[in-house]
Amino acid sequence: MRVKKIVSPLERKEIKKLKAGDEVLLSGIIYTARDAAHKRMVKGLKRRSHSDPRAFLRKQEQGEESLFSLPFDLRGQVIYYTGPTPAPPGKIIGSCGPTTSYRMDPYTPTLLRLGLKGVIGKGDRSKEVVEAIKKYQALYFIALGGCGALYSQFVKKAGLIAYPDLGCEAILKLEVEDFPLIVGIDSYGRDIYRRKGSGLNI
Amino acid sequence: MRKISAEKIVAAVSHLCIDSNYRMNKDLIALLKKNQQREKGRARRTIASILENIKIAEGEKIPICQDTGMVTIFLEIGNNLKINLGRYSSLSDIIQEGVRRGYKDGYLRKSIVNPLSRVNTKDNTPAIIHEKIVVGSHLKIKALIKGFGAENMAKIRMLPPDSKEEEIKIFVIDSIKEASSNPCPPVIVGIGIGGTMEKAASLAEEALLEPVMSKIEKFEKELLTEINKLNIGPAGLGGKTTASSVRIKTFPTHIAGLPVAVNISCWANRHKEIII
Repeated sequence: MRVKKIVSPLERKEIKKLKAGDEVLLSGIIYTARDAAHKRMVKGLKRRSHSDPRAFLRKQEQGEESLFSLPFDLRGQVIYYTGPTPAPPGKIIGSCGPTTSYRMDPYTPTLLRLGLKGVIGKGDRSKEVVEAIKKYQALYFIALGGCGALYSQFVKKAGLIAYPDLGCEAILKLEVEDFPLIVGIDSYGRDIYRRKGSGLNI
Repeated sequence: MRKISAEKIVAAVSHLCIDSNYRMNKDLIALLKKNQQREKGRARRTIASILENIKIAEGEKIPICQDTGMVTIFLEIGNNLKINLGRYSSLSDIIQEGVRRGYKDGYLRKSIVNPLSRVNTKDNTPAIIHEKIVVGSHLKIKALIKGFGAENMAKIRMLPPDSKEEEIKIFVIDSIKEASSNPCPPVIVGIGIGGTMEKAASLAEEALLEPVMSKIEKFEKELLTEINKLNIGPAGLGGKTTASSVRIKTFPTHIAGLPVAVNISCWANRHKEIII
């Protein structure tokens, strides 16, 4: 199978080219966020009643929202569901494999609506997430569960950018090179997990 | 009466925590390699990545997985053994210090929180401790490291007393189906049958500590075959290897019931033991 090289932030025309089942090597910037960070990001939005994403984005562009809302501009970005182990001395990062994605299902459509274009995790997603991925033209990538040592080899830089009090659940900005992934759900709503005999509601 | 120092136990527990997280048991690695041979395409490549990950973790001395889990410690304490507590107040205190030290020195992730406030204890304690007094003058310590991707998929059911093997089978298969890709297959399945609800859950967990390459019982084999027909496969991406091993532990139960527990471990099934 031919492996495609892609770059993050993701561009629309590149997103459209990928289909569920494709193996890709991702280079560029990705942000870590798992349960607690998702809860905090989305709760922050709700508290400030950003039910209108356009108004939110306008305010963000004008610099009015940066301090109070999301810790980074989501547009075009990729979030990686991981909580790495502490980096041992001399290493960039510790073990950093994917965590189970379904726990982020309630938050994902909101983030996609605000411009997020890709998420990396493991395991199947709710129908609502599949629909949102299709609607907002995004991608769900799968990393192999438990292979945290392997994935640490593709991380070239790691820096804390938000929620340090969350410890291993804080948001990190990672620079990755040729990070191996499989497209799980594509922008047409095709889902690698919803195949015949999978037991999932197709 | 044989005497051992608290420090010796602390060092042993710390080592077990680190070693379980960095290095997988040889029997399970051999089984993964064996199962890789019968897979093709993506399933085969997935097991190859898993094996490469195991090699990197061991070589680089980093955890196999970023979820370095919650620790359960099983103790067999010889009745002829005296433990010098030193500055500790109890054996439990000593064990917790060992876990604390292992998670700090091994750069392991601290994942334990207050169940309601969700505030992190910051040192991965407390570990869950099971103590058993046995005849002898030794101390056997087993550590089981459980990540919650797999733990969240555990199930228990109080089946009616007239249930046959068939009903147990349906419950087990449904549990694995529902868990699907979430517990990081190829999984290890521990099943506890009998006792009370608590006993069945304990048995299912202890079943995960059983060797995976030894001869297995007929019912275990039957379940393994059925599970591997599900085509969940390595990482849930399809294939013949959904489970590497199925082990069952039983205990007598009450005339009015049949508790059955299913505990699922990820492909790494991290556990180690030491005898002092």
